Amino acid sequence: MTVIRRRLVPYFLLGPGLIWLILFFVVPMYFMGRLSLEEGSLTEGFRFTWQFSNFTDSLSEFDTQFVRSFWYAGIATVLALVIAYPLAYMIAFRAGRWKNALLLAVIAPFFTTYLIRTLAWQTILNDTGVIVDTFKTLGLLGDNGRLLDTPGSVIAGLTYNFLPFMVLPIYASLERIDESLIEAAKDLYASAREAFWKVTLPISAPGIVAGTLLTFIPAVGDYINADFLGSQNQAMIGNVIQSQYLVTNNYPSAAALSFVLMALILAAVVIYIRFAGSEALMGEEARRA
Amino acid sequence: MRGAWKWLREKAITIYGVLAIAYMLIPIAVIIVFSFNDPAGKFNFIWEGFTLEHWSDPFAITELTDAMVLSIELAALSTIVSTAIGTLMAIALVRHEFFGRRASNFLIVIPMATPEVVIGAALLSMFLLYGVSPGFNTLFIAHVMFSISFVVVVVRSRLIGFDRSLEEAAQDLGADAFTTFRTVTLPLLAPGIIAAALLAFALSIDDFVISNFNSGTTVTFPLYIFGASQRGIPVEVNVIATMLFAVTVAAMLFTIWQQRRAERMAEARPEQELEPTLALAPGQGRA
Repeated sequence: MTVIRRRLVPYFLLGPGLIWLILFFVVPMYFMGRLSLEEGSLTEGFRFTWQFSNFTDSLSEFDTQFVRSFWYAGIATVLALVIAYPLAYMIAFRAGRWKNALLLAVIAPFFTTYLIRTLAWQTILNDTGVIVDTFKTLGLLGDNGRLLDTPGSVIAGLTYNFLPFMVLPIYASLERIDESLIEAAKDLYASAREAFWKVTLPISAPGIVAGTLLTFIPAVGDYINADFLGSQNQAMIGNVIQSQYLVTNNYPSAAALSFVLMALILAAVVIYIRFAGSEALMGEEARRA
Repeated sequence: MRGAWKWLREKAITIYGVLAIAYMLIPIAVIIVFSFNDPAGKFNFIWEGFTLEHWSDPFAITELTDAMVLSIELAALSTIVSTAIGTLMAIALVRHEFFGRRASNFLIVIPMATPEVVIGAALLSMFLLYGVSPGFNTLFIAHVMFSISFVVVVVRSRLIGFDRSLEEAAQDLGADAFTTFRTVTLPLLAPGIIAAALLAFALSIDDFVISNFNSGTTVTFPLYIFGASQRGIPVEVNVIATMLFAVTVAAMLFTIWQQRRAERMAEARPEQELEPTLALAPGQGRA
């Protein structure tokens, strides 16, 4: 009797959570899949007809937005890595007693609402702002003399908003490095540069993989940055899904687009992990900070 | 000249890091500064002059205040439920071997790897097909759903570094399973649970995308801001954002201070081990 009871304990503990995730994550995915194969309109109602043309039609109509989303998110991820790695390195090895304060500064943007942070960039990049003036004086601006509503402003917004997701996992992986390993490399006549490339960087690789995934995945699906900092010409796939669902009520097309987006992201992640090594699966742990 | 060059090379990474930190903090400074602005028109984009007017009565706009109150209620409620559910799941995953463990792990990880727009759209698809009209209830369901995974991950990492001999000691001294859990396990787990709850609260109060799909006519704080961004954001939004920021930073500093104090006390009694509450280093190991 007690043996059976003991065996059932984990299921009782997991039960509520698993039921919640199945009812409100797995089942909705099924319904979205179903919806993506229906035809009809909001007024006439929708019928399930294995309407595969929803996929082909919406893909050919919105292929630019798909390509643009992956392109913008890719550039933003690379930029975030370039900014984040030296910063994380500095916090891990050079910050001394400032370490906690600097970590607090890294997560400080999370203490202001996402939308308000993005609106702050709207203020900063505004046509009459200091930055636009400076760029104009330096002759760096294009013909219309604007920074907002350009690919640059949207990518800058994406880079900024997901930067902490890049810094924290890289910091965590650097922090765990046993500094005697680096000393050992130097004792064995490695130069500082060689020690970095052959010891520090490989050990911090899982952090880089985690950080790039945590930056790239939300960035591809984002539509706030394109909405606040861009125009119609910078619309990403998130903007399309949002407006198809909530504005034009074209549910089947929006559901099909959501599915394709998820499939493409999964494919990208699988390829990336194959390429970058399986430690990448540690990634999800890092997002909690 | 060579000395200066050497100094620069040595300090290059520190200078870069300080610049990067400045970049991260600039928008926050802008939010705070513009809460004192006295804009000429509806749009609070251009600095016109200093005023304390909007600080004197930050809750003057009832729609904004209502949205804020609703967001806090929603976050509190979904935090309590998701933290309770998630903590139990973490215990099951770390402490028990059972059939379906890998599948459960997968189910917990996959929502974190799904773009929010897809989660929001999928939930709305289901609510539409069932004819559920979106509102506070659907928001609550959605917020608990996306918080659970994060709670599990945080609590689990605390559990993995857990010294089980303490529990065995309690049981040797005659405590039953429930008493052991209440008097030993739970207090030791508390920092992890608190960290998880804080994260769940932060995720909920800041969520826009999933809420946008499943709110119906209910307006949360981020949804209010999105609506207002089309017609011009009132300065009061900056005031409330600044207040929120100040409160959170104060809470964080308090946590760090407490942690320092606890560390000092632990140094006095070296046999007691304490882990940082502000646990930023992920995965001290994985089950």
